[in-house]
Amino acid sequence: MKRYRTHLLLCTGTACVSNNAFNIKKSLEIEIKKHNLENEVLIVPTGCNGFCERGPILVVQPDGIFYQQLKESDIPYLVEEHFLKGRPVKKLMYTPSKGEEVIPKMMDIEFFKHQILIALRNRGRIDPEEIEEYIANDGYQSMGKALFEMTPEEIINEVKISGLRGRGGAGFPTGRKWELCRASKGDVKYIICNADEGDPGAYMDRSILEADPHSVIEGMVIGAKAIGAHKGFVYVRDEYPLALKRISIAVEKAKDYGLLGEDILGSGFDFDLKIVRGGGAFVCGEETALMQSIEGKVGRPTPRPPYPAQKGLWGKPTNINNVETWANIPVIIARGGDWFSRIGTETSKGTKVFSLVGKVNNTGLVEVPMGITLREIIYNIGGGIPNGKKFKAVQTGGPSGGCIPEELIDLPVDYEQLTKAGAIMGSGGLIVMDEDTCMVDVAKYFVSFLEDESCGKCVPCRSGIRRMREILTRITQGKGKEGDIELLEELAETIKKASLCGLGQTAPNPVLSTIRYFRDEYEAHIKKKRCPALVCKDLIIYRIIPEKCTGCRRCVQVCPTGAITGPKAQPHNLDASKCIKCGACYEVCRFDAIAGDAIYME
Amino acid sequence: MPKLTLDELKALRDKAKESIKTRDGKGRAKIIVHMGTCGIASGARNIMNSLLKELEERNITDVIVTTSGCAGLCSHEPMMTVEIPGKPPVKYIDLTEDKVKKIMVEHILGGNIVVDYALAFGSETVY
Repeated sequence: MKRYRTHLLLCTGTACVSNNAFNIKKSLEIEIKKHNLENEVLIVPTGCNGFCERGPILVVQPDGIFYQQLKESDIPYLVEEHFLKGRPVKKLMYTPSKGEEVIPKMMDIEFFKHQILIALRNRGRIDPEEIEEYIANDGYQSMGKALFEMTPEEIINEVKISGLRGRGGAGFPTGRKWELCRASKGDVKYIICNADEGDPGAYMDRSILEADPHSVIEGMVIGAKAIGAHKGFVYVRDEYPLALKRISIAVEKAKDYGLLGEDILGSGFDFDLKIVRGGGAFVCGEETALMQSIEGKVGRPTPRPPYPAQKGLWGKPTNINNVETWANIPVIIARGGDWFSRIGTETSKGTKVFSLVGKVNNTGLVEVPMGITLREIIYNIGGGIPNGKKFKAVQTGGPSGGCIPEELIDLPVDYEQLTKAGAIMGSGGLIVMDEDTCMVDVAKYFVSFLEDESCGKCVPCRSGIRRMREILTRITQGKGKEGDIELLEELAETIKKASLCGLGQTAPNPVLSTIRYFRDEYEAHIKKKRCPALVCKDLIIYRIIPEKCTGCRRCVQVCPTGAITGPKAQPHNLDASKCIKCGACYEVCRFDAIAGDAIYME
Repeated sequence: MPKLTLDELKALRDKAKESIKTRDGKGRAKIIVHMGTCGIASGARNIMNSLLKELEERNITDVIVTTSGCAGLCSHEPMMTVEIPGKPPVKYIDLTEDKVKKIMVEHILGGNIVVDYALAFGSETVY
């Protein structure tokens, strides 16, 4: 067998690819060839490594050296120094912040240290386009176990013991869901993998499909046997080209190897998997709308009941699980439900993948045990808030979720605790916000997103969300009225109760949770016409502090509307009627003459 | 007839596992070939190649081979250091391909240091 002394695990997830990872791969190939190392050093393109903030990332094994933020121009030096001469290159390694010591090894970095990988077990370790690398890490062994050694009831029971709950948002117990679908009458049943991830800032599912597509396929075959289905669908949004490519390759390879199709491994069990591309409508992540879309109809939800388990795709019993849920299944079968259920809290077992984004130092993809506190995620793994700013809130669960304020930062993360706090687990987006964030503006952003994405089938969602957005817009423009908060609350309750599907039922969450925790901020906008975070442009005014202004003319040059004038070396004038509050002058001023007190509210 | 049986899948796994073992970062021994300019000039690349060939021919997958810079004793290059967990590292000097073969058999597989080729035990203290 061909032996390479060094394996270079180059991250080729979407984030690193957009940061030039494929060109880095090319120059690595060229340089390695130049030094005649092609028989000693192997380049392995992997899926997302997780530490997207520091991409493009290269991990060198067996040394465990972590290189980050690579540029094409770094490669010749790196190859000669490290891979030929054996001198790891310090300047390309990770430093937590300026002035600190570099950390050469991946597992010594705080970001990785606190994570427990189950769903992401193969991330950054294998080439997702090579089925044999997945097989090498015990891939498809759980499927073999399920097909040969377990009855459908035993599989369902194992999943029930594990306590696994749906990772797509609502958290319905997976074993129970399978049991219901198995019990439904009918010869033809379907299973679906929901990969229509659409929350702003969330990319857990994309990342799993890109890094380890076979784990999803394996999970689905196991589920198919448990439920009695012989046909499955993976519904992926077309905006995920790389995920689509890798899951397509994986399905083809699995078919070539006889791990999908007829008589899998000689067990007599048949299962066929088809990939369906979604058009990118947010509502198609809702299970009934998703099934309509697979059937070729307009993706709009239908009333439940009947639930998919009774009457789903083409009227047949159907089981839908999210990507991450499927990816957990092989591990549960391999290591047992008991093992899985020992991780996590009383009601939420196992781990959860979060995409940690927003105002946090280490943005990226993290997998942590349930019950970990938000503080541990944001500060230990995330490295805290950049630029010494103060933490203000974290939005969980995307547009259907809610904002959790600073006083609840020690909240343990599980389904119940998050719901109690007015947010939801959702699919796992964590958007961190700092003191410069206006909570009314945030609510407006999410509500506008949902207004665009509402399918328009039911009135409460279609018109209710629009009315909420109008009220919020008014408030941010300083035209808020006494009673607006109460009106928002009343609207929210109605939309929640009367909407047809999950999109409308959860749409008011961002509004309700921001009112609940940041009511004073709403009141400041409405009563005092002030935006405490200085975000809402209609409520703030810029001026120049004459005592501080040196007359350097930097602001004059950047002002796009010519609002700032003035001769050199004399305090400048700012014409408020021309000012569009773009903040360009504030950014360039070196003397704080357009900062602090200079940005004020009337 | 299925395309692949369960037994064949297991055999495939065992074979594939060997090829990615390097990524675990674990091994029963670690061999460091010194690849400073002096090392390369006196043939360290050949030493590296013959090491890898030896490992491949003997189908040994749990020995880590890596490189490092000049060890400071340029007149005795090519050099390599053999580290076996729990034992002091051993530096070998003035290597040839035949010497490498002998070290492989006696030291790495057999556990007995080839005293004739060894310079010293241990490494310098690093501050």
